Amino acid sequence: MSTKPTPRVRLPANAKKDEIIEIKTLISHEMESGQRRDAAGNVIPRKIINKVTAAFNGKVFFEADWHPAISANPYQAFFYKASESGEFTFTWKDDDGSEYVAKNKLTVA
Amino acid sequence: MVSDWTNGMSRRQAIQVSFAAAAILMAPRLAQASPAKVQEELKKLFGDKKPTEGKIRIDAPQIAENGLVVPITVDVESPMTDANYVKSLHLFADGNPQPGVVSFKFTPASGKATATTRMRLAQTQNIVCVAQMSDGTLHTASAEVKVTIGGCGG
Repeated sequence: MSTKPTPRVRLPANAKKDEIIEIKTLISHEMESGQRRDAAGNVIPRKIINKVTAAFNGKVFFEADWHPAISANPYQAFFYKASESGEFTFTWKDDDGSEYVAKNKLTVA
Repeated sequence: MVSDWTNGMSRRQAIQVSFAAAAILMAPRLAQASPAKVQEELKKLFGDKKPTEGKIRIDAPQIAENGLVVPITVDVESPMTDANYVKSLHLFADGNPQPGVVSFKFTPASGKATATTRMRLAQTQNIVCVAQMSDGTLHTASAEVKVTIGGCGG
C-alpha cells in the first residue's frame, strides 16, 4: 500500500457562537507498527503517523500523539468550541517526515 | 499474572491453592494492578505523583472480536474553562508489546475533553487512562477489554 494518504474530515460548515461541534477525521495509512515480520522473518520497519494537530485560525486547540497501537486507517474524533468564523487546519505527521494537511472553513453565526 | 507468584508464595504453594480460591484471590488485584510497564511510563510522565480514581469515563467494548480495530471513547469531566480544563489525557494498554496507545492534548477551545479513536490490542487486557488537569492534579480510570483475535500480527 503505497498510495498517498488521503485525509478526510467531517464537521459542520456552520455553528452558533459557543456551540461545541464534533470533528471527525479519517486518514488512509497502513500504520505499520514495527512489530510485524515479513515472509523472510525480517522485521518490517515502523512507519506510522505519530501526531495529529488541529488548529483554528493558526491556533492549535487539540493534539493527539499516536503510538503503534493505533489501528490502520486511523480515525480520530474530537470537539471544538466555536467562537468566530475562520479556517481549521488539520495536520498529520508521518514517521518519514511527510505531512498531510486538510483545511476546512467554519462560519459562526 | 507472573508477579502474583512472587507475592510471598513459593510456586509450589501457589499451585497447591485450588483454582477456585486463586480466582477469588486474584480478581480484585487484576482490576487494579497495572503491570510494571504502564507504571514506568506514568513515572516518566508524572514522577511520583499518584493519580486518584474517577472523573474519567471510558467507552470501549467489553468484548472485542477483532483486536486490530477496537473503538474507544474517553471522556473527562471538566468545565473546560481557561481556569480549569483538562491538559492531557494518556491511554495505555497493559498487555500490548508497547504500553502507549495515544496521548491527547486539550485546550479550553476544545470545549469538551472527549476524544474517540480506534486501537490495536494484542490480547485481553486492561486499558488505563490518566488525565492531567490544568491545576496539575491527576485522575485515572481503567477498563478491561476481552479480545478474541489479537491485533499485533500474532
